[in-house]
Order: sequence, then C-alpha cells, then structure tokens
Amino acid sequence: MKLKLKVWRQKNSQSQGKFVEYQLDDVSEGSSFLEMLDVLSEQQVANGEEPVAFDHDCREGICGSCSLTINGTPHGPENGTTACQLHMRHFHDGQTITVEPWRATPFPVIKDLVTDRTAFDKIIQSGGFITARAGSAVDANSSPIAKGIADYAMDAAACIGCGACVAACPNASAMLFTAAKVSHMNSLPQGKPEKDRRVLAMVSTMDGEGFGGCTNIGECEAVCPKSISLDMIAQLNRDYTTAKVKDFFYLVP
Amino acid sequence: MNLDSNIPEGPLADKWSNHKFKMKLVNPANRRKYNVIVIGSGLAGGAVAASLAEQGYNVSCFCYQDSPRRAHSIAAQGGINAAKNYQNDGDSVRRLFYDTVKGGDYRAREANVYRLAEVSSDIIDQCVAQGVPFAREYGGMLANRSFGGAQVSRTFYARGQTGQQLLLGAYAALSKQIGLGKVKMYNRHEMLDVVKVDGHAKGVVVRNMVTGEVSRHAGDAVVMATGGYGNVFFLSTNAQGCNVTAAYRAHKRGAGFANPCYTQIHPTCIPVHGDQQSKLTLMSESLRNDGRVWAPKSKDAAKQIRDGKLDPNSLAEEERDYFLERKYPSFGNLAPRDISSRAAKEACDEGRGIAPSGLGVYLDFRDAIARDGQPAIAERYGNLFDMYSCITGADPYKTPMMIFPAVHYTMGGLWVDYNLQSSIPGMFVGGEANFSDHGANRLGASALMQGLADGYFVLPYTVGNYLAEQGIAKAGAVSADHPAFAEVEADVQGRIDRLMSVNGTESPRSFHKRLGRIMWDKCGMARDKEGLTGAIKEIQELRKEFWSNVRVVGEANSLNPELERAGRVADFIEFGELMCRDALMREESCGGHFRVEHQTSEGEAERHDDQFAFVGVWEYKGDDVDPALHQEALVYEEVKLATRSYK
Repeated sequence: MKLKLKVWRQKNSQSQGKFVEYQLDDVSEGSSFLEMLDVLSEQQVANGEEPVAFDHDCREGICGSCSLTINGTPHGPENGTTACQLHMRHFHDGQTITVEPWRATPFPVIKDLVTDRTAFDKIIQSGGFITARAGSAVDANSSPIAKGIADYAMDAAACIGCGACVAACPNASAMLFTAAKVSHMNSLPQGKPEKDRRVLAMVSTMDGEGFGGCTNIGECEAVCPKSISLDMIAQLNRDYTTAKVKDFFYLVP
Repeated sequence: MNLDSNIPEGPLADKWSNHKFKMKLVNPANRRKYNVIVIGSGLAGGAVAASLAEQGYNVSCFCYQDSPRRAHSIAAQGGINAAKNYQNDGDSVRRLFYDTVKGGDYRAREANVYRLAEVSSDIIDQCVAQGVPFAREYGGMLANRSFGGAQVSRTFYARGQTGQQLLLGAYAALSKQIGLGKVKMYNRHEMLDVVKVDGHAKGVVVRNMVTGEVSRHAGDAVVMATGGYGNVFFLSTNAQGCNVTAAYRAHKRGAGFANPCYTQIHPTCIPVHGDQQSKLTLMSESLRNDGRVWAPKSKDAAKQIRDGKLDPNSLAEEERDYFLERKYPSFGNLAPRDISSRAAKEACDEGRGIAPSGLGVYLDFRDAIARDGQPAIAERYGNLFDMYSCITGADPYKTPMMIFPAVHYTMGGLWVDYNLQSSIPGMFVGGEANFSDHGANRLGASALMQGLADGYFVLPYTVGNYLAEQGIAKAGAVSADHPAFAEVEADVQGRIDRLMSVNGTESPRSFHKRLGRIMWDKCGMARDKEGLTGAIKEIQELRKEFWSNVRVVGEANSLNPELERAGRVADFIEFGELMCRDALMREESCGGHFRVEHQTSEGEAERHDDQFAFVGVWEYKGDDVDPALHQEALVYEEVKLATRSYK
C-alpha cells in the first residue's frame, strides 16, 4: 500500500520541531506500524538523511517503549493495542497518517518521537514497591489470597508504563498510571503495611513532577493499551483520602 | 585460560550450603566502601543490583532502555518453574534438577543445575512477598500448570505475563534502592567495553545514548547481566535492542565464551509474514497444554490449505497427523522445545506446511474448546489469543493457530565458574548471558527461574565473597583516572569514529539482515560441515564489506539509532563467525545443536559422549587470528548419561 506520512521532527529538547512529509510506496499490510517506520528509515538512510528516531524494543506490546501519537490518538486507532502491535491492515491505501510524540510537559521531547519518561520511574521510586528484602520471605502459600483479589491485583499490575494515559489527558495527569500501581499493591495483604505511606508518597511525587490533576475525563482509560480501568483511580482516591486523614492525626505508620 | 569450575567438595545436595558457609563475608559497615557495577536491568541484573544494595553495597546499574522496567525479561509469557510440589504430584528438588539436566541433553554443569533447583522455591517465596500477582486457586493457594519436558505441574504463572510481573517485582525492589540513593541508575547507556586493572575487571566504558558522551566508570567488581544473542539471526523473538556487544567486548578482553552454538529454536511462534518483518512473536509454550500440534497427512491437502482452497477445520480426523503425539506418546504435545521444533521443520520439509510460505503447522484448540468450553480456554490463554489475532488478523477460537519455530533463547554465553565468575577475575555473569545451567537446550519456564536465582540468591553471595577475598584495603582503590581506563576509552572512541567515517552505501540493517540469512540457513535448526565451512567464509567476507561500505548517517554526539545498530551489527558479524566455528567443532548433535551428520535412524539427535562431554570455551586471539578452543570436562557424579527419550 501507498502512504503519506506527516512526522514530527525535532533535533533535540532545545530546538523547535515541525512536521515533515514523507511518501512511502510499498508498505505490506501485514507489517506492524513500527515495521512501516523501519521502511521509512531505510528509505531515509538511502537518501542520506537522518532517520526518524522513535522508542521501541520488544515489539510485542509488553515493554512499554513505543510511544507514538497516531492521527491524534496515543497508540493509534485500535483499542487495547500498543503502536508496535498495530498493523497496517487497519489503514487504507493512499491514507495520510500523522505521527507525533507524546505531548505532555513532564515528558519532554528528546528527539523526533522520543520523549523522556523518567518522571514515571521517580513515582515508582518514591513508593511503588513492597519492601521485601531478598532472603526474608516466608513460604509463598503461608498466606492464602482469594482468587478475586489476586485477579484484581493482576488487572492493575498489567500496566506497561508507556505513558499513553498522560499523553491522552488534557491535564497531562498521571493518575491512571499511579492508581494502577497503588491498586495492585494496596489490594494485596503483602502491601498493607506500607499502604498509607505508599499512596501519600506517590501522589506527592506525581504532583512534584508536574503532572496535572484528574478531572474524570476518561481519555486515559480509552487509550490504555492494557485497558486499565478508571476504577483504579477511584481506589487511589479512596486510599489517598484515608491516608490523608490518618496523616492529619499522626496515624500513618 | 583458567577454567577451574570451583565446584565445592561434598555430596551434590550439600555443595551450596557448604559453600555458603565457607565463603568470606564483608562486614555490614564495610560494604558501603565498595561499588559494584551491574550491566543490565532484567531479572538477573535488576535482582542483583537491588539485592547488593539491600546488603549495603553501592551499586551503579546501566541499561540501554529508557527505564530499567523495560528489559526483555518482561516479554516472557508462560511461567517460572519451582520445585514446590504444591500439587503433590511427585516433584522435588532432585526431580527438577534431573529434568533440567536431561532437558539440556546432558551438556550442563551438574552442580550449578542442582543449586538452581535448590533455590527455586525461595524465588517463588521472594516474588510473592514482593506482591507478584501469581495465578491462584479459589482457595487462595497458588496455581500451577505444566510445561514442556516435565511430567509434573511445577510452573507458576501470572496469566500470560509472568516475565512482566517478575521483572516489575525486581524493578520495584531496584527502584526502592534508587530512591534511597544506594543504586545510581544510568538509563539509555550502552556498555561498550570492560576495563581490566592487574588482570581484574575494575570498570566499564559506556556511551550515553542521548548525548553520545563516552564515559568511564570504576568499580570493585562488574556484574554482566546482558541477556542473550538471538538477534544474531536478525529475526528472533528478542527485543530489537538485545545484542551481544557487552558480552562480546568482554570476550575480546579475555573472557572465555562457552558453547556459542547452543541456540534454542522455540516451536510455537507466529510464522513470518514477509520481507518487512522485524521480529518474530512467540506464542507461549503453555498453549501446548491444551493445543494439539498437527499438519495434514498429505502434501496435497497441505497445498490446498496454502492456496486457500481448503478450510483446515473441514479436514477429517484421519487426514491429520498429530505428529508430536504420534512420535512422543508419553510427552505428546509437551515434548521439549528442540524436539518439537525439529518435528515441525520435518513436516514442513516434507511439503506438509500450511502457512502461505510453506513454513507453518497448526496448533489447534478445537478439542480443548469442545471439552472445557470457550470461557475456560479464554480464562487460561485469553491474552495470548488476543495477541495472535491482533498480529495475524485471524481468530484462533475458530481456526487453528499457525505456528513455526523461531530463534528464542541462547544457552551459550560467557563462561563462568560455580561462583558465576567469568575467566576475568572480578567479572561475574548472570542470567541468559552466562552458559552454565541449561546445557544444550533449555526447558520452558526455566529462564525466569535462572535469572532470578542468579540475581537474588547466588550473585549476592559470590560477589561479596570475591570482595572479601580481595580485602578491605582494595575497596575503591582503583579510580577511573587509572591509565587503563584512558586506553580503553580511546579504543571505544576510535571504533565509533571508524564507524562514522566509512561513509559507504549500505545501511546497518541491511548488513544485519544478510548476516541473519546466513546464520539461519547454515547455523539454524539443522547444521552440517559444508554449510558451516561456507558460512564462516561468507561471514568473513561480510565483515570486510561492512567495514568498507556501511553507511552510518547522523552524528556521533546525539541520539543516533543508526550508530547504535551499526556497532551491534559489527559485533554480531564477528560473533556469528564464532558460533559457526563452535557448531563446526561439535561433531555431534545435542539439544538445540543438530548436526545432520549425527542423527539416529529415527532422525533424533545423536550425542557422542566419549568425545564431546565438555564445555567448549573459546578464547579470543585477535581480529584475524583463529580463536583457541579450551575444554571444561563435564563430570556427572549423580546423573547417568543416557539417550533422551520422550517416547
């Protein structure tokens, strides 16, 4: 198939970016979106131009590296799909496709379509863990966990940390990302001892990194490639409120 | 080259506990005087970096991804083995040990495998404590499933995302230590060389992939957890960035490379769709618990299916060849990976393949859906089915999945002793990057087990022992100002300059594809003397061509994926030659290494234990000099060498 691409090019974080148009004449429908960009790269190298830079790694929808806004939607038009798992058969011959990086102040552009998402790592570093020193664990079956709770924790833990939720949110809020981690850990018995500290620290870091607040728009859930539910944000809010009240009375352990 | 395996004395079951007692310790107050460098942040790297920091050491950890959470361990789907025997079905440490040695076709080091089986239970405990949401039964206990090469259910899993959940556990532990300042994390940094001072590994030279800055980092020990080299084949199930560079550069500085020809071709991957393909996607082995593998009995029916004239569902039962069940009745569809892959290749070689390219067989859930109902199958494999239909556009609930073998894992790696120390003192190697535990074939769900065993429970002891043996006076004694660092940095910079200045006409990706084609055709699922000899010559030619005609666009001092790829492809080319040499040397078939000259009358792998019961360790001798082969004899005290049978 033939395609026209409008791709965001930006030399580095300091420079101004702009859209540049490219024509591709022979894209296979079975290719993934990133394989289509590989074809563009080869074409650019042949012309002596620098190829479009984009983040990618596993190309099977799990590492969370790929981060493209395709025709205005993070990860493109298919629900529950990362850009690397988006296949060209979902586009039509002759279509014009716009490709941009994540647009959010806490994710500055490094180059072209590559952004810096270390703010997510900082949220995790502040409290997104259950402290369990290697060697200190008891037998895995010593504390049964109801299947429903384990399944709920798994639903939350499925987050791949790609940042599409932030890119889609008009407020650039990281609530869905933070909520997924809080819900995963706070719902499990192992996560209870640090429950309040965790949610307070993570929300505070989230705010400190410049992410916006949540105004219940729901774009995050709509673009999430792992279909993380807005319910997680409800749990975050509950846990946060409880922790705040306890904190007021100096009750957070 | 010193290849003393340092296997402790005593009975197999006591070796690790005896050894732990004999190891020297660093007192807690002194640990903060040491700095350990960890390369890689996957299961092995992330776990060891976190564990050493928990103990009190300072750690510098480097990864090429934009976050340590993205290492390719994350893509493992099916599960992790452990000898918990929660199913009361006859499992034990001894059985897991035995299955692993047998699965590896008797080419693994016995003592290492036993230790792996021994600590496997601790891994599950550790991960559950970290909040890894493993699948559970309604009673709240952990669920298990079975995997290839075993007749017990010992595999723990988190839907089809086990690797992700285990990695996020290690990442969380690592993140905590980063937050506490005990680990200094360097994202988007690529290790380009190791620095030795007085024969010991004392640091690394890395490139900041964003700014292009080349910098030196000194440490008291270096741990390499840099993954496997499957991307030497261009197409594999590995992530795009997986590469051999760190391991190969260490090899060039004196680390022995063991069994490079042992590569695993995984039987259940989605077939190649065309020329623009950049990677292959695995469908978890767990699918073989319920899916039945088959190809049409007749070539004619296969051709009709390929041409779209026949619906596979309409093919009568007696027209189908469930070849794994037929050939290996007691293990059936759960035969080990090497055996299953070869059986699929055989069917396709006979003209019975069903994918449009001719390279594919079916993995069919029709009977399982009829037996257990679609909801039960969706509960078990839903996300895998979704992934399949997302990639292929076909619905596996209705038409059988098409699968074909693809390069997945590399059992070979840097040589290590029992302490996981390479032949360079002070350089340790964990996870897929080392060679020791899987022999010539890895069983399913054992990679996650090994990565975490090395990271949480082996390296934190053995690295400490090394540091203690060196003595506290040496803590932090070598700085990056040492002349050895300047020399290595100049080498690294020189190589980058050289890549940038060739100014040829062919892209790094194009060279990579050409290398991959040679490797897959001549050093893939079936190998022979003629092919391998030819491949070595072709690769040598390709190397010359690369250095005279590669075109690296862009600049060295900014984010430049073309430069990154060029450096990795240059190393893959040299390394591919080493693989072919190793495959040529090993005049036998074992596990994933199949030499067509060495097979039984039934087409099974034929080992020659009298000549080849050794680890083949290669020593680098120079760019245009043949490498030297050294041997570490494999001594089996417990297991009796036998011909593997899964019949």
